[in-house]
Amino acid sequence: MKSATPLLAAAALMAILSTSPIAAEQSILLQSTTSTKNSGFYDHILPLFKAETGITVHVVAVGSGQAIKNARNCDADVLLVHAKADEENFVAKGFGVKRHRLMYNDFIIVGPAADPAKINTLKDAPAALIRIAQTKTLFVSRGDTSGTHKKEQTLWRSAGINVIAASGKWYRETGSGMGATLNAAVAMGAYALTDRATWIAFKNKQGFNIHVEGDKALLNQYGIILVNKARCPTTKTNAGQRFIDWLTSPTGQAAIQGFRRNGQQLFFPNAAKN
Amino acid sequence: MQDFTQAFVLAFELVFSGDADLIEIIVLSLRVSLTAMVVACVLGLPLGAILAITRFPGRGPALVVLNALMGLPPVVVGLIVYLHLSRAGPMGSFGLLYTPTAMIIAQVILIMPIIAALSRQVLEDLNNEYAEQFRSLSVPRHAAIQALIWDARFSLMTVALAGFGRAIAEVGAVIIVGGNIDHLTRVMTTAIALETSKGDLPLALALGLVLLTIAFAVNAAVMSLRLTTGRYANV
Repeated sequence: MKSATPLLAAAALMAILSTSPIAAEQSILLQSTTSTKNSGFYDHILPLFKAETGITVHVVAVGSGQAIKNARNCDADVLLVHAKADEENFVAKGFGVKRHRLMYNDFIIVGPAADPAKINTLKDAPAALIRIAQTKTLFVSRGDTSGTHKKEQTLWRSAGINVIAASGKWYRETGSGMGATLNAAVAMGAYALTDRATWIAFKNKQGFNIHVEGDKALLNQYGIILVNKARCPTTKTNAGQRFIDWLTSPTGQAAIQGFRRNGQQLFFPNAAKN
Repeated sequence: MQDFTQAFVLAFELVFSGDADLIEIIVLSLRVSLTAMVVACVLGLPLGAILAITRFPGRGPALVVLNALMGLPPVVVGLIVYLHLSRAGPMGSFGLLYTPTAMIIAQVILIMPIIAALSRQVLEDLNNEYAEQFRSLSVPRHAAIQALIWDARFSLMTVALAGFGRAIAEVGAVIIVGGNIDHLTRVMTTAIALETSKGDLPLALALGLVLLTIAFAVNAAVMSLRLTTGRYANV
């Protein structure tokens, strides 16, 4: 790709001559997850935040793993994801200022109404996975290092099952977002692990049901982190911190509480009081 | 099959509702892809012309490479541009990532080889007809290139449309470098991808129909331009 660089330079020059739309108003860049975006969470939250502060939040929604990588490249002011270990690692390495607990919901295992692996009566998630593995029933995985994928890997580990050996057989990794993975599961008649918010908002259910829910191991905690200016000098610290302060304040937490789809609450605020 | 009926109805409603968000997305799609097409033509047509009329050692392999680049995977182009424009990348200080400009850059890289390779073929065929005349009149090279591009302009319009078609239809590159940000970098294809991932297949299909309609309109506009100017030229 030797030819790419001069081309990029020429185009960059053009861009500098025209005004940048990002600089025109106060805005921050948020790297976040597909689960929050696809459920419509930001469509509810961001207008409220903007009305109060005048700050526009631009959201890039990718898997948590990708979001963290992008933030490490300084392509974010704030990070809102659900992969606790990775978030703590991100802060420990100096990329983030501090991790704030923000809200939670839970993961669920969904599958065809006929429930071919007969997991519907189980409350224990690893036990349900063991039964899926034993019956070699199709299971669709994100396979993309997202927060949901990491949770799923943890659950397989505690079930004592090596799914990699079954990859491509009954265990299918889509390598794509939650919605695309659910579309694949629905099309194959397979089970899948999903966060509840995406599931409630998802429109292509085609008779699929929730089969396993309520296990403590299925907790889905979201955290929010300001990108560290010491690592990334371009970080908009003030506006970014205002967003975090607002979300973790009583007003922001009430806004999270008030977000509903089909009459159901999707996220449960639990920011720690400082 | 119900999805298709629903999609047609929805597409119809969308187009006639004049929904502000949809219009914004359509306008951005056109702005990005038409700009990319123009820039790619400005760079690609002269390159195609030079390759068409010059002979140099290694020209054969160069043409093979150029033709192969027509098959550049959009995701790879997206990644390369991302790595350049990321704030951690060599051109990060420009702050271009997640802007329409980044999307234009990616699409230019994607379609420039198409325009250069196809125009090279068109111009080379024409040059075979003209070469003797050029030689007898000892026309300088840049004048020959100008004459070739001008005389082949109608064929080159089709070449440009091929590039535009590729640009407006691709999603892999723009979703990486644009980020599909609402009211900033969301275009038709990334909106379709988003609605698909929400499981709203009828809306995704409807947006697809709208996109097809736009592509149709652009092609029809170019075709009518060609017909009218062609008529005047023959008078």
